[in-house]
Amino acid sequence: MLNKICHLEELAIKIRKNIVTMLLEAGSGHPAGAIGMAEVFAALYFEVMNIDPHKPDDPNRDRLVLSAGHMVPVWYATLAERGYFDEKLLWKLRKFDSPLQGHPVLASIPGIENTSGSLGQGLSQAIGMALAAIIDQKDYRVYCITGDGELQEGQIWEAAMLAPKYNLANLAWIIDRNRIQLSGNTEELMPLEQLRAKLEAFNWNVMEINGHDIEEIVSACNMARNVTQRPSAIIANTTPGKGIDFMENKYEWHGKSFNKTEAKKALAELSTLSNRISKV
Amino acid sequence: MEIEKKSTRDGLGDSLLELGENPDIVVLSADLTESVRVDKFAKKFPNRFIQTGIAEQNMASIAAGLSLCNKIPFITSHAAFSPSRNWDQIRVSICMSGENGANVKIASTHSGFSNAPDGQTAEALEDIALMRVLPKMTVISPIDYYQTIKAVSEAVKYKGPVYIRLSKTDTECITSEKDDFQIGKTYVLRKGSAITVLCTGVITAEVLKAMEMLDKDIELIACPTIKPLDAETILKSISKTGKVLTVEEHQLSGGFGSAVLEMLNEHKVPMTITRLGVNDAFGVSGSYEDLLQKFCLDSKSIAEKIKAL
Repeated sequence: MLNKICHLEELAIKIRKNIVTMLLEAGSGHPAGAIGMAEVFAALYFEVMNIDPHKPDDPNRDRLVLSAGHMVPVWYATLAERGYFDEKLLWKLRKFDSPLQGHPVLASIPGIENTSGSLGQGLSQAIGMALAAIIDQKDYRVYCITGDGELQEGQIWEAAMLAPKYNLANLAWIIDRNRIQLSGNTEELMPLEQLRAKLEAFNWNVMEINGHDIEEIVSACNMARNVTQRPSAIIANTTPGKGIDFMENKYEWHGKSFNKTEAKKALAELSTLSNRISKV
Repeated sequence: MEIEKKSTRDGLGDSLLELGENPDIVVLSADLTESVRVDKFAKKFPNRFIQTGIAEQNMASIAAGLSLCNKIPFITSHAAFSPSRNWDQIRVSICMSGENGANVKIASTHSGFSNAPDGQTAEALEDIALMRVLPKMTVISPIDYYQTIKAVSEAVKYKGPVYIRLSKTDTECITSEKDDFQIGKTYVLRKGSAITVLCTGVITAEVLKAMEMLDKDIELIACPTIKPLDAETILKSISKTGKVLTVEEHQLSGGFGSAVLEMLNEHKVPMTITRLGVNDAFGVSGSYEDLLQKFCLDSKSIAEKIKAL
């Protein structure tokens, strides 16, 4: 397992580097959240989820729904790394006629499972997939990733009420708790705490983890799998821009890209990070 | 002999009950279960009935998720709430999901003035415009109970999002079980050569009553599918009559008459048309008949408009 963890940590760093290059090439985008979620995506696609990149439409596959669509660079970078499509496509992010739009669009490229961009819709989409599994008596699992600022959308709470009502134990909702959004820090802009208590009051099985610790991510997803009758919410505490000193915890990096100097600095810093992210 | 009167919402309920044996059909309700007549489906197929509570946004996106796993979900509510409270979800989660859009059917009752006693907030007069503007969306506004039954069944066969606009009011049955219905087709109800009258939805019953009051050579064409519009039949009729009047229980902006105008412009038909509908106004409380009269959409007012052409 230790080797596996080291391997996934390395992968997460590679995903980060690709995100930096993708955004530099694109000239716009949302780097902080995407970079902060590299471990979660690496863990899901290389350890947790039952998927086969050669059978992206397998009806029994696990599904990932990305609700916070602006985080999509980390999804694209992970899918390419996992072999869903050619890495070269990453450098066309946000370009005219590229299948990699600035926010995810279903069926635009193998592996993308939903359309999002208008925040707050993904948890409901994931619920629909989880309900379909129950109706069809299939045992695939559905993972949904939202941001934390996104939880300001009312639809999230409509969905949060419904999933426990239907005992959706096949649903795991991972919240990227990075405490920033476009215009500021979430707790100043719109306080979300006590988030754990709120979700528990809605009857979710709630876990709180370090979203950069591969072992914690994998173990939380495994624990969610063993819960019956209730959906699980995993609050993944992350550092936006993790691994790039000048970005970390700065909301200003939620929605702007790098210039060449910044990208160079970021890539250099990421090159010295090996095996240090979760343990620093 | 008294003509049979039934509501199109009953058509929805009866049709879904019959189609419910199809294991892919899932019905979602945002509390208004009996009101939209899916209570019988809910009783008979409880495993494929999802009660979202009063949460139209959640309902629309859940349906998208279901359809991505090969279910055929129907989201049901009143037209004043769905599609309006959940327009963003219909646009993003449904219409933008895949090449044809997600295979979700949006069935909304109480459209037009059929919920008139509840007042202006409950009167859906903008829903055609809201749905018509969306790429991938098909818009159907059946003219009576029997046509609704067929429209629902055709919507199930069609792969892609469909908006089905329905009414609460019991209105005259114009078609029968034997009549044909296809998405995208218009139906000539009366042949004539002097004026083309185009109508959509249950207001068609008022137009038929208006025609009985007139001694005019009218060609009456029912247009249950507003999008895509059957340009061929409409143009053929217009080339014969040279005069057009449209009737709808909806705002004039962006509605059925607008769709006809746009189509004529596309085909470079240089003519003005007369459009009957609601002209940039909200309604008030009253009976269905009160509101039709207020907005000159009752049979007598329609007859006067046709006479003046």
